[in-house]
Amino acid sequence: MKTRRVAIIGVGHSKFGERQDVNVKELAFESIKEALNDAGVTPKDIPYLSVGSIGVWYEEPLPAVAIAEYSGMSGAGLYRVEAACATGSAAIHTAYSAIASGYVDLALVVGVEKMREVDTLTAMELMGRAGSYLWEFENFGLTFPGYYALYATAHMNRFGSTEEDLALVAVKAHGYGAMNPLAHLRREISVEDVLSSHVIAWPLKLYDCCPISDGSAAAVLASEEKVRELGIDTPVWITGIGMSSGTGTLSYREDYVGLEATVKASKQAYRMAGVTPSDVEVAEVHDCFTIAEILAYEDLGFCGKGEGHKLVREGQTEVGGKIPVNLDGGLKSKGHPIGATGVSMMVELTKQLREEVEPRSRQAPLKKYIALAHNVGGTGHYCYVTILRR
Amino acid sequence: MSEMPTIRSRKLEITYNIPISRTLKFWEGLKEGKIYASKCRKCGKLYFPPVADCGNCYSSDMDWVELSGEGEVEAFTHIIVRPVSFQEHPPYTVAIARLKEGVKALAWITGVKKKDVRIGMKVKLVPRITEDGRLTYEFKPMRE
Repeated sequence: MKTRRVAIIGVGHSKFGERQDVNVKELAFESIKEALNDAGVTPKDIPYLSVGSIGVWYEEPLPAVAIAEYSGMSGAGLYRVEAACATGSAAIHTAYSAIASGYVDLALVVGVEKMREVDTLTAMELMGRAGSYLWEFENFGLTFPGYYALYATAHMNRFGSTEEDLALVAVKAHGYGAMNPLAHLRREISVEDVLSSHVIAWPLKLYDCCPISDGSAAAVLASEEKVRELGIDTPVWITGIGMSSGTGTLSYREDYVGLEATVKASKQAYRMAGVTPSDVEVAEVHDCFTIAEILAYEDLGFCGKGEGHKLVREGQTEVGGKIPVNLDGGLKSKGHPIGATGVSMMVELTKQLREEVEPRSRQAPLKKYIALAHNVGGTGHYCYVTILRR
Repeated sequence: MSEMPTIRSRKLEITYNIPISRTLKFWEGLKEGKIYASKCRKCGKLYFPPVADCGNCYSSDMDWVELSGEGEVEAFTHIIVRPVSFQEHPPYTVAIARLKEGVKALAWITGVKKKDVRIGMKVKLVPRITEDGRLTYEFKPMRE
Protein backbone atom coordinates (compact mmCIF):
# COMPACT_ATOMS: atom_id res chain seq x y z
CA MET A 1 0.00 0.00 0.00
CA LYS A 2 1.45 3.36 -1.06
CA THR A 3 0.90 5.95 1.65
CA ARG A 4 2.51 9.23 2.64
CA ARG A 5 4.62 9.78 5.74
CA VAL A 6 2.85 11.56 8.61
CA ALA A 7 4.47 13.56 11.41
CA ILE A 8 3.37 15.11 14.68
CA ILE A 9 4.46 18.75 14.42
CA GLY A 10 2.78 20.34 17.43
CA VAL A 11 1.48 19.21 20.81
CA GLY A 12 -0.50 20.70 23.67
CA HIS A 13 -1.64 19.41 27.04
CA SER A 14 -3.90 20.83 29.72
CA LYS A 15 -3.43 20.32 33.43
CA PHE A 16 -5.18 17.05 34.31
CA GLY A 17 -7.25 16.78 37.47
CA GLU A 18 -10.59 17.92 38.81
CA ARG A 19 -11.14 20.85 36.46
CA GLN A 20 -14.45 22.34 37.48
CA ASP A 21 -12.93 25.73 36.70
CA VAL A 22 -13.64 25.12 32.99
CA ASN A 23 -16.30 23.57 30.74
CA VAL A 24 -15.45 21.05 28.02
CA LYS A 25 -14.93 23.69 25.30
CA GLU A 26 -12.65 25.81 27.47
CA LEU A 27 -10.71 22.74 28.52
CA ALA A 28 -10.20 21.62 24.90
CA PHE A 29 -9.16 25.17 23.96
CA GLU A 30 -6.25 25.01 26.42
CA SER A 31 -4.47 22.18 24.61
CA ILE A 32 -5.60 23.22 21.11
CA LYS A 33 -4.06 26.66 21.54
CA GLU A 34 -0.77 25.22 22.76
CA ALA A 35 -0.62 22.62 19.95
CA LEU A 36 -1.33 25.17 17.19
CA ASN A 37 1.30 27.53 18.61
CA ASP A 38 3.80 24.69 18.90
CA ALA A 39 3.24 23.79 15.23
CA GLY A 40 3.24 27.42 14.11
CA VAL A 41 -0.16 27.21 12.40
CA THR A 42 -3.49 28.99 12.93
CA PRO A 43 -7.00 27.55 13.38
CA LYS A 44 -7.84 28.76 9.86
CA ASP A 45 -5.10 26.50 8.45
CA ILE A 46 -6.81 23.36 9.83
CA PRO A 47 -9.00 21.57 7.24
CA TYR A 48 -9.66 18.49 9.35
CA LEU A 49 -10.46 18.21 13.07
CA SER A 50 -10.80 14.88 14.84
CA VAL A 51 -12.25 15.08 18.36
CA GLY A 52 -11.84 12.15 20.74
CA SER A 53 -14.34 12.17 23.58
CA ILE A 54 -16.74 9.72 25.20
CA GLY A 55 -19.03 12.38 26.60
CA VAL A 56 -22.04 11.33 28.74
CA TRP A 57 -20.49 12.80 31.93
CA TYR A 58 -20.77 16.34 30.68
CA GLU A 59 -23.60 18.35 29.20
CA GLU A 60 -22.71 18.63 25.50
CA PRO A 61 -23.97 15.69 23.39
CA LEU A 62 -22.05 16.82 20.29
CA PRO A 63 -18.71 17.91 21.72
CA ALA A 64 -16.91 18.06 18.35
CA VAL A 65 -19.31 20.72 17.11
CA ALA A 66 -19.11 22.67 20.37
CA ILE A 67 -15.30 22.54 20.43
CA ALA A 68 -14.85 23.45 16.74
CA GLU A 69 -17.16 26.43 17.22
CA TYR A 70 -15.43 27.62 20.39
CA SER A 71 -11.94 27.22 18.92
CA GLY A 72 -12.73 29.03 15.67
CA MET A 73 -12.69 25.96 13.44
CA SER A 74 -16.34 25.63 12.37
CA GLY A 75 -16.24 24.79 8.69
CA ALA A 76 -13.40 22.28 9.04
CA GLY A 77 -14.05 18.63 8.27
CA LEU A 78 -15.16 17.34 11.65
CA TYR A 79 -16.11 14.34 13.68
CA ARG A 80 -16.10 12.83 17.14
CA VAL A 81 -14.36 9.47 17.60
CA GLU A 82 -15.15 6.80 20.20
CA ALA A 83 -13.03 3.79 21.12
CA ALA A 84 -13.67 3.73 24.89
CA CYS A 85 -10.43 4.50 26.76
CA ALA A 86 -8.51 4.21 23.45
CA THR A 87 -10.54 7.07 21.98
CA GLY A 88 -7.54 9.41 21.80
CA SER A 89 -5.46 6.96 19.79
CA ALA A 90 -8.41 6.27 17.51
CA ALA A 91 -8.74 10.01 16.89
CA ILE A 92 -5.02 10.12 16.03
CA HIS A 93 -5.53 7.16 13.69
CA THR A 94 -8.29 8.89 11.73
CA ALA A 95 -6.15 12.00 11.22
CA TYR A 96 -3.13 9.85 10.36
CA SER A 97 -5.18 7.99 7.73
CA ALA A 98 -6.54 11.19 6.22
CA ILE A 99 -3.04 12.55 5.75
CA ALA A 100 -1.38 9.28 4.72
CA SER A 101 -4.00 8.77 2.04
CA GLY A 102 -3.49 12.24 0.62
CA TYR A 103 -6.94 13.49 1.60
CA VAL A 104 -5.51 16.43 3.60
CA ASP A 105 -2.04 17.78 4.43
CA LEU A 106 -2.75 19.02 7.92
CA ALA A 107 -5.04 17.83 10.72
CA LEU A 108 -5.70 18.64 14.33
CA VAL A 109 -6.57 16.00 16.89
CA VAL A 110 -7.95 16.87 20.30
CA GLY A 111 -8.88 14.41 23.02
CA VAL A 112 -10.92 15.75 25.88
CA GLU A 113 -12.99 14.51 28.77
CA LYS A 114 -14.90 16.19 31.58
CA MET A 115 -15.70 13.37 34.00
CA ARG A 116 -16.06 15.34 37.20
CA GLU A 117 -19.37 16.99 36.38
CA VAL A 118 -21.09 13.87 37.76
CA ASP A 119 -20.40 12.15 41.09
CA THR A 120 -17.94 9.26 41.40
CA LEU A 121 -20.52 6.45 41.67
CA THR A 122 -22.38 7.74 38.60
CA ALA A 123 -19.09 7.84 36.68
CA MET A 124 -18.42 4.26 37.79
CA GLU A 125 -21.88 3.25 36.61
CA LEU A 126 -21.39 4.84 33.19
CA MET A 127 -18.02 3.09 32.76
CA GLY A 128 -19.29 -0.25 34.09
CA ARG A 129 -22.23 -0.20 31.68
CA ALA A 130 -19.78 0.20 28.79
CA GLY A 131 -18.42 -3.37 28.93
CA SER A 132 -21.34 -5.56 27.97
CA TYR A 133 -24.46 -3.94 29.38
CA LEU A 134 -26.97 -6.78 29.02
CA TRP A 135 -24.82 -9.71 30.13
CA GLU A 136 -22.44 -8.20 32.63
CA PHE A 137 -23.94 -5.03 34.05
CA GLU A 138 -27.74 -5.37 34.07
CA ASN A 139 -27.74 -8.13 36.67
CA PHE A 140 -24.17 -8.24 37.89
CA GLY A 141 -23.13 -4.61 38.30
CA LEU A 142 -19.61 -5.22 37.07
CA THR A 143 -17.41 -2.13 37.34
CA PHE A 144 -14.24 -1.25 35.45
CA PRO A 145 -12.03 -1.95 38.44
CA GLY A 146 -13.98 -5.22 38.58
CA TYR A 147 -13.14 -6.13 35.00
CA TYR A 148 -9.42 -5.71 35.62
CA ALA A 149 -9.67 -7.38 39.04
CA LEU A 150 -10.89 -10.54 37.25
CA TYR A 151 -7.69 -10.43 35.18
CA ALA A 152 -5.66 -9.77 38.33
CA THR A 153 -6.94 -12.84 40.18
CA ALA A 154 -6.36 -15.02 37.12
CA HIS A 155 -2.82 -13.66 36.57
CA MET A 156 -1.88 -14.00 40.25
CA ASN A 157 -3.20 -17.55 40.31
CA ARG A 158 -1.41 -18.61 37.11
CA PHE A 159 1.90 -16.77 37.39
CA GLY A 160 2.36 -15.96 41.08
CA SER A 161 2.20 -12.18 40.79
CA THR A 162 1.23 -10.60 44.12
CA GLU A 163 -0.60 -7.60 45.54
CA GLU A 164 2.84 -6.18 46.39
CA ASP A 165 3.87 -6.43 42.71
CA LEU A 166 0.78 -4.49 41.72
CA ALA A 167 1.60 -1.91 44.38
CA LEU A 168 5.08 -1.44 42.87
CA VAL A 169 3.49 -0.33 39.60
CA ALA A 170 1.55 2.37 41.46
CA VAL A 171 4.62 3.47 43.41
CA LYS A 172 6.60 3.86 40.16
CA ALA A 173 3.76 5.80 38.50
CA HIS A 174 3.41 8.20 41.42
CA GLY A 175 7.17 8.71 41.57
CA TYR A 176 7.15 10.11 38.02
CA GLY A 177 3.73 11.73 38.35
CA ALA A 178 4.98 13.74 41.32
CA MET A 179 7.53 15.31 38.94
CA ASN A 180 5.00 16.06 36.19
CA PRO A 181 3.42 19.51 36.68
CA LEU A 182 0.41 18.48 34.52
CA ALA A 183 -0.41 15.31 36.51
CA HIS A 184 -3.59 14.88 38.51
CA LEU A 185 -2.09 13.13 41.57
CA ARG A 186 1.28 14.70 42.27
CA ARG A 187 2.56 12.86 45.30
CA GLU A 188 4.87 9.96 45.94
CA ILE A 189 3.39 6.93 47.67
CA SER A 190 4.76 3.76 49.28
CA VAL A 191 3.89 0.09 48.83
CA GLU A 192 2.33 0.28 52.30
CA ASP A 193 0.09 3.19 51.21
CA VAL A 194 -1.21 1.05 48.33
CA LEU A 195 -1.72 -2.10 50.39
CA SER A 196 -3.53 -0.24 53.16
CA SER A 197 -5.82 1.77 50.86
CA HIS A 198 -9.44 0.61 50.80
CA VAL A 199 -10.55 -2.20 48.52
CA ILE A 200 -12.43 -1.12 45.37
CA ALA A 201 -12.72 -4.51 43.61
CA TRP A 202 -10.54 -7.09 45.30
CA PRO A 203 -7.58 -7.47 44.83
CA LEU A 204 -7.52 -3.91 43.46
CA LYS A 205 -7.41 -1.17 46.03
CA LEU A 206 -7.83 2.58 45.69
CA TYR A 207 -4.17 3.14 44.82
CA ASP A 208 -4.29 0.38 42.19
CA CYS A 209 -6.82 2.49 40.26
CA CYS A 210 -6.35 5.56 38.11
CA PRO A 211 -8.27 8.63 39.23
CA ILE A 212 -11.37 9.97 37.46
CA SER A 213 -9.98 13.03 35.71
CA ASP A 214 -10.76 16.01 33.54
CA GLY A 215 -8.25 17.01 30.91
CA SER A 216 -7.43 17.61 27.27
CA ALA A 217 -4.51 16.96 24.95
CA ALA A 218 -3.99 17.98 21.32
CA ALA A 219 -1.67 17.20 18.44
CA VAL A 220 -1.17 18.71 14.98
CA LEU A 221 -0.37 16.13 12.30
CA ALA A 222 1.14 16.96 8.90
CA SER A 223 2.28 15.37 5.65
CA GLU A 224 5.97 15.34 4.74
CA GLU A 225 5.35 18.11 2.18
CA LYS A 226 3.71 20.25 4.85
CA VAL A 227 6.56 19.57 7.29
CA ARG A 228 8.98 20.93 4.68
CA GLU A 229 6.75 23.87 3.78
CA LEU A 230 6.42 24.91 7.43
CA GLY A 231 10.12 24.33 8.13
CA ILE A 232 9.48 22.08 11.14
CA ASP A 233 12.87 21.25 12.69
CA THR A 234 11.95 18.24 14.86
CA PRO A 235 9.04 16.36 13.29
CA VAL A 236 8.10 13.16 15.12
CA TRP A 237 7.07 10.55 12.57
CA ILE A 238 4.26 8.07 13.09
CA THR A 239 5.94 4.97 11.68
CA GLY A 240 3.55 2.25 12.79
CA ILE A 241 -0.03 1.93 13.94
CA GLY A 242 -1.70 -1.32 14.92
CA MET A 243 -5.33 -1.61 15.89
CA SER A 244 -7.39 -4.51 17.13
CA SER A 245 -10.36 -5.36 19.34
CA GLY A 246 -11.80 -7.99 21.64
CA THR A 247 -15.25 -9.16 22.72
CA GLY A 248 -17.28 -6.89 24.97
CA THR A 249 -18.62 -9.85 26.89
CA LEU A 250 -15.73 -11.18 28.98
CA SER A 251 -17.12 -14.70 29.21
CA TYR A 252 -16.66 -15.10 25.44
CA ARG A 253 -12.87 -14.78 25.89
CA GLU A 254 -10.39 -17.61 25.98
CA ASP A 255 -8.51 -16.62 29.14
CA TYR A 256 -7.95 -13.76 31.58
CA VAL A 257 -4.18 -13.49 31.81
CA GLY A 258 -3.56 -11.16 28.86
CA LEU A 259 -5.27 -8.98 26.29
CA GLU A 260 -5.32 -10.56 22.84
CA ALA A 261 -6.15 -7.16 21.33
CA THR A 262 -2.81 -5.80 22.59
CA VAL A 263 -0.89 -8.76 21.17
CA LYS A 264 -2.50 -8.32 17.75
CA ALA A 265 -2.26 -4.52 17.62
CA SER A 266 1.37 -4.49 18.71
CA LYS A 267 2.46 -7.13 16.21
CA GLN A 268 0.85 -5.08 13.46
CA ALA A 269 2.53 -1.88 14.67
CA TYR A 270 5.99 -3.48 15.01
CA ARG A 271 5.70 -4.97 11.52
CA MET A 272 4.62 -1.68 9.97
CA ALA A 273 7.42 0.26 11.71
CA GLY A 274 9.98 -2.45 11.00
CA VAL A 275 11.09 -2.66 14.64
CA THR A 276 11.04 -5.20 17.47
CA PRO A 277 10.08 -4.70 21.13
CA SER A 278 13.77 -4.43 22.07
CA ASP A 279 14.17 -1.39 19.79
CA VAL A 280 11.67 0.62 21.85
CA GLU A 281 13.47 3.08 24.13
CA VAL A 282 10.52 4.69 25.91
CA ALA A 283 6.90 3.61 26.16
CA GLU A 284 3.55 4.80 27.34
CA VAL A 285 1.37 1.84 28.32
CA HIS A 286 -2.25 1.74 29.37
CA ASP A 287 -2.11 1.47 33.17
CA CYS A 288 -5.71 2.30 34.07
CA PHE A 289 -5.18 -0.27 36.85
CA THR A 290 -1.85 -1.60 38.09
CA ILE A 291 -2.52 -5.10 36.72
CA ALA A 292 -3.06 -3.55 33.28
CA GLU A 293 0.55 -2.36 33.15
CA ILE A 294 1.85 -5.83 33.99
CA LEU A 295 -0.35 -7.37 31.29
CA ALA A 296 0.88 -4.70 28.86
CA TYR A 297 4.58 -5.55 29.42
CA GLU A 298 3.82 -9.14 28.50
CA ASP A 299 1.41 -8.55 25.64
CA LEU A 300 3.70 -5.95 24.02
CA GLY A 301 6.63 -8.37 24.17
CA PHE A 302 8.74 -6.36 26.65
CA CYS A 303 9.11 -9.67 28.54
CA GLY A 304 7.80 -13.22 28.30
CA LYS A 305 4.27 -14.24 29.25
CA GLY A 306 3.90 -14.41 33.03
CA GLU A 307 7.03 -12.33 33.66
CA GLY A 308 5.54 -8.83 33.76
CA HIS A 309 5.67 -8.52 37.52
CA LYS A 310 9.37 -9.45 37.48
CA LEU A 311 10.15 -6.44 35.23
CA VAL A 312 8.65 -4.06 37.76
CA ARG A 313 10.30 -5.86 40.69
CA GLU A 314 13.68 -5.39 39.01
CA GLY A 315 13.06 -1.73 38.16
CA GLN A 316 13.48 -2.48 34.46
CA THR A 317 10.71 -0.06 33.49
CA GLU A 318 12.23 2.97 35.20
CA VAL A 319 14.71 5.49 33.75
CA GLY A 320 17.97 3.57 33.40
CA GLY A 321 16.17 0.23 33.07
CA LYS A 322 15.64 -1.94 30.01
CA ILE A 323 12.53 -0.08 28.85
CA PRO A 324 11.34 3.02 30.73
CA VAL A 325 7.53 3.09 30.91
CA ASN A 326 5.09 5.89 31.78
CA LEU A 327 7.59 8.57 32.72
CA ASP A 328 4.74 11.10 32.89
CA GLY A 329 3.08 9.20 35.76
CA GLY A 330 0.85 7.12 33.48
CA LEU A 331 -2.91 7.00 33.73
CA LYS A 332 -2.42 6.01 37.34
CA SER A 333 -0.90 9.26 38.56
CA LYS A 334 -1.15 11.68 35.62
CA GLY A 335 -4.87 10.89 35.39
CA HIS A 336 -7.13 9.31 32.79
CA PRO A 337 -9.56 11.75 31.17
CA ILE A 338 -10.72 8.97 28.86
CA GLY A 339 -10.87 10.71 25.47
CA ALA A 340 -7.68 12.67 26.17
CA THR A 341 -5.48 9.76 27.24
CA GLY A 342 -4.33 8.45 23.85
CA VAL A 343 -3.48 11.97 22.65
CA SER A 344 -1.75 12.68 25.97
CA MET A 345 0.48 9.66 25.29
CA MET A 346 1.47 11.18 21.91
CA VAL A 347 2.20 14.51 23.58
CA GLU A 348 4.47 12.88 26.17
CA LEU A 349 6.30 10.72 23.63
CA THR A 350 6.74 13.64 21.23
CA LYS A 351 8.39 15.58 24.05
CA GLN A 352 10.47 12.54 25.00
CA LEU A 353 11.69 12.15 21.39
CA ARG A 354 12.43 15.88 21.11
CA GLU A 355 14.32 15.55 24.42
CA GLU A 356 12.46 18.45 25.93
CA VAL A 357 10.81 16.74 28.90
CA GLU A 358 10.70 18.77 32.10
CA PRO A 359 12.12 18.10 34.60
CA ARG A 360 15.12 16.34 33.01
CA SER A 361 14.92 13.48 35.53
CA ARG A 362 11.85 12.24 33.60
CA GLN A 363 13.71 12.14 30.27
CA ALA A 364 14.44 8.67 28.89
CA PRO A 365 17.95 8.18 27.48
CA LEU A 366 17.65 7.74 23.69
CA LYS A 367 19.90 6.32 20.99
CA LYS A 368 17.51 5.08 18.30
CA TYR A 369 14.75 7.57 19.11
CA ILE A 370 11.95 5.01 18.96
CA ALA A 371 8.90 5.28 21.21
CA LEU A 372 5.69 3.27 21.62
CA ALA A 373 2.21 4.20 22.84
CA HIS A 374 -0.20 1.48 23.94
CA ASN A 375 -3.78 2.57 24.46
CA VAL A 376 -6.48 0.09 25.49
CA GLY A 377 -10.21 0.72 25.34
CA GLY A 378 -12.18 -1.12 27.99
CA THR A 379 -10.54 -4.39 29.02
CA GLY A 380 -9.06 -5.05 25.60
CA HIS A 381 -12.35 -4.17 23.92
CA TYR A 382 -10.23 -1.94 21.69
CA CYS A 383 -6.47 -1.58 21.39
CA TYR A 384 -4.22 0.83 19.48
CA VAL A 385 -0.44 0.64 19.44
CA THR A 386 1.38 3.57 17.84
CA ILE A 387 5.11 3.73 17.15
CA LEU A 388 6.83 7.09 16.88
CA ARG A 389 10.30 7.95 15.67
CA ARG A 390 12.24 11.16 15.49
CA MET B 1 -9.84 21.76 45.74
CA SER B 2 -12.22 24.57 46.54
CA GLU B 3 -15.78 24.36 45.18
CA MET B 4 -15.96 26.10 41.81
CA PRO B 5 -19.10 28.00 40.79
CA THR B 6 -21.35 25.84 38.56
CA ILE B 7 -24.94 25.79 37.30
CA ARG B 8 -27.01 22.63 37.62
CA SER B 9 -28.26 21.12 34.33
CA ARG B 10 -31.85 19.97 33.81
CA LYS B 11 -32.50 16.44 34.99
CA LEU B 12 -33.07 13.56 32.53
CA GLU B 13 -33.96 10.05 33.61
CA ILE B 14 -33.48 7.27 31.04
CA THR B 15 -34.40 3.60 31.07
CA TYR B 16 -34.25 1.35 28.02
CA ASN B 17 -36.77 -1.31 26.97
CA ILE B 18 -34.45 -4.09 25.84
CA PRO B 19 -35.95 -6.49 23.27
CA ILE B 20 -35.69 -10.20 24.13
CA SER B 21 -38.08 -11.75 21.59
CA ARG B 22 -35.36 -13.63 19.73
CA THR B 23 -33.81 -15.13 22.87
CA LEU B 24 -37.14 -15.63 24.67
CA LYS B 25 -36.53 -19.35 25.14
CA PHE B 26 -33.57 -18.46 27.39
CA TRP B 27 -35.54 -15.97 29.50
CA GLU B 28 -38.55 -18.31 29.77
CA GLY B 29 -36.14 -21.10 30.70
CA LEU B 30 -34.93 -19.17 33.72
CA LYS B 31 -38.50 -19.13 35.04
CA GLU B 32 -38.63 -22.92 34.63
CA GLY B 33 -35.36 -23.41 36.49
CA LYS B 34 -33.35 -24.11 33.33
CA ILE B 35 -30.29 -22.49 31.80
CA TYR B 36 -30.23 -22.64 28.02
CA ALA B 37 -27.36 -21.95 25.67
CA SER B 38 -28.00 -21.47 21.96
CA LYS B 39 -26.33 -23.73 19.42
CA CYS B 40 -25.92 -23.01 15.73
CA ARG B 41 -27.56 -25.81 13.71
CA LYS B 42 -25.27 -25.09 10.77
CA CYS B 43 -21.76 -24.82 12.24
CA GLY B 44 -22.40 -26.28 15.69
CA LYS B 45 -20.99 -23.37 17.70
CA LEU B 46 -22.38 -23.18 21.23
CA TYR B 47 -23.15 -19.76 22.68
CA PHE B 48 -23.49 -18.64 26.26
CA PRO B 49 -24.70 -15.98 26.79
CA PRO B 50 -27.10 -17.09 24.04
CA VAL B 51 -27.48 -15.36 20.68
CA ALA B 52 -30.13 -15.47 17.95
CA ASP B 53 -27.67 -15.15 15.07
CA CYS B 54 -24.39 -17.00 14.61
CA GLY B 55 -21.48 -14.56 14.24
CA ASN B 56 -19.32 -17.46 13.10
CA CYS B 57 -21.23 -18.75 10.04
CA TYR B 58 -24.03 -16.17 9.84
CA SER B 59 -26.81 -18.71 10.12
CA SER B 60 -29.89 -17.72 12.13
CA ASP B 61 -31.01 -21.32 12.58
CA MET B 62 -30.35 -21.83 16.28
CA ASP B 63 -31.12 -24.72 18.57
CA TRP B 64 -31.54 -24.42 22.35
CA VAL B 65 -29.46 -26.68 24.59
CA GLU B 66 -29.95 -26.97 28.34
CA LEU B 67 -26.68 -26.55 30.26
CA SER B 68 -25.70 -28.66 33.28
CA GLY B 69 -24.52 -25.44 34.92
CA GLU B 70 -21.56 -27.29 36.42
CA GLY B 71 -18.27 -25.49 36.13
CA GLU B 72 -15.00 -24.33 37.63
CA VAL B 73 -14.05 -20.76 38.59
CA GLU B 74 -11.36 -19.18 36.36
CA ALA B 75 -11.42 -15.60 37.71
CA PHE B 76 -13.30 -13.68 40.38
CA THR B 77 -13.48 -10.35 42.18
CA HIS B 78 -15.28 -8.91 45.18
CA ILE B 79 -16.96 -5.67 44.11
CA ILE B 80 -16.80 -3.44 47.19
CA VAL B 81 -17.35 -0.01 45.65
CA ARG B 82 -20.59 -0.40 43.71
CA PRO B 83 -22.02 1.74 40.91
CA VAL B 84 -24.91 4.07 41.70
CA SER B 85 -27.69 1.66 40.62
CA PHE B 86 -26.30 -1.14 42.84
CA GLN B 87 -26.08 0.91 46.01
CA GLU B 88 -28.91 -1.05 47.67
CA HIS B 89 -26.93 -4.31 47.35
CA PRO B 90 -24.24 -5.27 49.82
CA PRO B 91 -20.83 -5.90 48.20
CA TYR B 92 -21.01 -8.83 45.76
CA THR B 93 -18.64 -11.36 44.24
CA VAL B 94 -18.47 -11.75 40.46
CA ALA B 95 -16.93 -14.91 39.02
CA ILE B 96 -16.26 -16.33 35.59
CA ALA B 97 -16.47 -20.11 35.36
CA ARG B 98 -15.88 -22.52 32.51
CA LEU B 99 -18.84 -24.88 32.28
CA LYS B 100 -18.64 -28.59 31.47
CA GLU B 101 -20.07 -27.93 28.03
CA GLY B 102 -17.07 -25.70 27.20
CA VAL B 103 -18.75 -22.29 27.31
CA LYS B 104 -18.06 -19.82 30.10
CA ALA B 105 -20.44 -17.78 32.22
CA LEU B 106 -20.08 -14.64 34.30
CA ALA B 107 -22.35 -14.21 37.32
CA TRP B 108 -22.47 -13.46 41.02
CA ILE B 109 -21.36 -16.27 43.28
CA THR B 110 -23.46 -16.62 46.43
CA GLY B 111 -23.70 -19.00 49.37
CA VAL B 112 -19.97 -18.90 50.14
CA LYS B 113 -17.86 -16.66 52.34
CA LYS B 114 -15.71 -14.15 50.42
CA LYS B 115 -12.49 -15.56 51.88
CA ASP B 116 -13.42 -19.05 50.66
CA VAL B 117 -13.83 -18.13 46.98
CA ARG B 118 -10.93 -19.58 45.00
CA ILE B 119 -9.89 -20.13 41.42
CA GLY B 120 -10.54 -23.77 40.59
CA MET B 121 -13.51 -24.11 42.93
CA LYS B 122 -16.46 -26.14 41.59
CA VAL B 123 -19.67 -24.18 41.12
CA LYS B 124 -23.13 -24.67 39.63
CA LEU B 125 -24.93 -22.01 37.64
CA VAL B 126 -28.60 -21.80 38.69
CA PRO B 127 -31.47 -19.51 37.65
CA ARG B 128 -32.76 -16.92 40.07
CA ILE B 129 -35.65 -14.49 40.09
CA THR B 130 -34.80 -11.41 42.15
CA GLU B 131 -37.12 -9.83 44.71
CA ASP B 132 -37.92 -7.07 42.23
CA GLY B 133 -38.77 -9.67 39.56
CA ARG B 134 -35.63 -9.61 37.42
CA LEU B 135 -34.67 -12.85 35.68
CA THR B 136 -31.06 -13.75 36.33
CA TYR B 137 -28.70 -16.58 37.28
CA GLU B 138 -25.97 -17.10 39.85
CA PHE B 139 -23.21 -19.52 40.84
CA LYS B 140 -23.57 -21.69 43.94
CA PRO B 141 -20.62 -23.63 45.36
CA MET B 142 -20.80 -27.38 44.68
CA ARG B 143 -19.96 -29.82 47.45
CA GLU B 144 -16.88 -31.83 46.50
